[in-house]
Amino acid sequence: MAHAYTPAQTHAEVTRDVVATLGTPSRGYVMMLAGAVGLFLVGLFTFVMLLKEGLGLAGYNPPVMWSTYITTFVFWVGIGHAGTLISAILFLFRSQWRTAVYRATEAMTVFAVMTAGLFPIIHIGRQWVFYWLLPYPNQRYLWPNFKSPLLWDVFAISTYLTVSTTFLVVGLVPDIAAVRDQVSGWRKKLYAACSLGWTGSDNQWRHYTRGYLYLAALATPLVLSVHSVVSWDFAMSIIPGWHGTIFAPYFVAGAIYSGIGMVFTLLIPLRKMLRVEHMIVDYHFDNLAKLTLFTGSILFYAYAMEYFVAWYSGNPFEQVTFWRRAFGPMWWAGWSMIICNAFVSQLLWFRKIRTNLTALFIISIFINIGMWFERYVIIVSSLSNDYEPWAWGQLNPTWADWGILAGSFGWFGMYFLLFARTFPIVAIQEIKETIPFPRKRGGH
Amino acid sequence: MATMTPGVLGSFVHVDAATDAIRALKAQGHTDLTVYTPAPNHEIEEVLDHPVSPVRLFTLVGGLTGCAAGFAMTFWMSNDWPLLVGGKPIATVPPYVVLGFELMILLGALSTVAGVIIMSVVNARKRVPYSEKFSDDHIGVFVPCRAEQAAAVESLLKRAGSVEVTHAA
Repeated sequence: MAHAYTPAQTHAEVTRDVVATLGTPSRGYVMMLAGAVGLFLVGLFTFVMLLKEGLGLAGYNPPVMWSTYITTFVFWVGIGHAGTLISAILFLFRSQWRTAVYRATEAMTVFAVMTAGLFPIIHIGRQWVFYWLLPYPNQRYLWPNFKSPLLWDVFAISTYLTVSTTFLVVGLVPDIAAVRDQVSGWRKKLYAACSLGWTGSDNQWRHYTRGYLYLAALATPLVLSVHSVVSWDFAMSIIPGWHGTIFAPYFVAGAIYSGIGMVFTLLIPLRKMLRVEHMIVDYHFDNLAKLTLFTGSILFYAYAMEYFVAWYSGNPFEQVTFWRRAFGPMWWAGWSMIICNAFVSQLLWFRKIRTNLTALFIISIFINIGMWFERYVIIVSSLSNDYEPWAWGQLNPTWADWGILAGSFGWFGMYFLLFARTFPIVAIQEIKETIPFPRKRGGH
Repeated sequence: MATMTPGVLGSFVHVDAATDAIRALKAQGHTDLTVYTPAPNHEIEEVLDHPVSPVRLFTLVGGLTGCAAGFAMTFWMSNDWPLLVGGKPIATVPPYVVLGFELMILLGALSTVAGVIIMSVVNARKRVPYSEKFSDDHIGVFVPCRAEQAAAVESLLKRAGSVEVTHAA
């Protein structure tokens, strides 16, 4: 049974420790940021070359016309899901353990969706006309096709980015005010402007707490819907391996699984770099690991069902697709996905592993790799061998595919690290809410 | 520039001391209090006994407007340039549920934030004294009152357990 956890600090110590994370950066932080900027520059260079030369630089090869860019798009959208799960869904469930980690995961969500949003634009080739996706009154009075799942996706991702950014910003306001009251000089002016006049009066808390509750209630169905809509980009078509009713829950579970994997990858080094090891403790990682185990087990079931349904359907196209995923030219990708996601997650049944941060960090790397490969296998293997064997073809990724992939990690990491040094990465007011005020008559 | 609201500001480190003070002040007819806390606190909320925030109406109206706008937009645009595909209806409900849902969430969320901002600004007392300790670990209770009432209010706050009392004129 999970025990209720109360931080050992006082209210004043919480403010002091979180404000300290905004002080002089450690050497490790500077090196990480330099690495992220370096990767971003690689991506930027690749993007400029794509603009100059066209999409022919990447490894598109008919019939595989959705490849690594769409794979990486789905990967980053998925990463974004853990943040809203932890910040909104667990808020509604009143899970206290979320308080120490939710700000970092929420920021991860916003930057991951920002990263994901770049990929459809990169993929369309003529990036300068991406606004054709939006319903605006153009000179020919043409409107987008609202029956297309791709357009549903435009609305789903834009809504998700807007709502998760709003949720992050709203949650930040009282914490920025707490920082404002502890710093001086130009920083005080900056945080004062960002705190929007927050004082923590009863009138403000009264409307704020209600508003935050309703935002969480709205974000909860949103997080479940967004990756369902992404899954329908595939499931609504008749491509073998895509046309399945299992896709929406399968994608949502995978998204949360991959997102928590990324939370481990980010938080384990970050808590050391920002010296908040006493605030984000084994208890939090243990709970995150249980969520990983739960969603990883759903994935295990979904993978098994996909293969079972392909066999049981008697549909030769489905059967060939899944046979080739395991034993065809892409067997290495197919098995990477199954081993990294279905099997590695089962190690988390052991408490010793759930509370060993080195083991969790290594597992998180497997999860990141496995979940990227999952999307790669679903997209590329299905497209490379659909109904006409004479039209089959393999994807040949080039440096332009890998350059953009590397750049996306740099773009994401750069924003995340800058955020972590500029704003409180641990939620001050929510942690204080879990610490009882002192009483003159003693007790709590 | 607006002048400071006259009154007395008490600072507390103990939550039960603050709630005692609020109860006593309310009993004496001081109902227009401003109470500062570093985090929301149920004991303070209970003793203040505010009605439920009207922000929920903003959420409801925003959500319903978004949902209606989603369906209206898709139906109107589909019929504005009818494209017959595969003999299927030009405009139909099932695929448009996704857009109606997304816009419901989007406008619901944005109007919730607008509601929080509007209600906080509309109900806010202008120029009330504040201390930086209130975002850290102190509870503040500001009692608007006339100069002749200030001494009695100060005495009440100190009796309840206030660690610091200041006057705003």
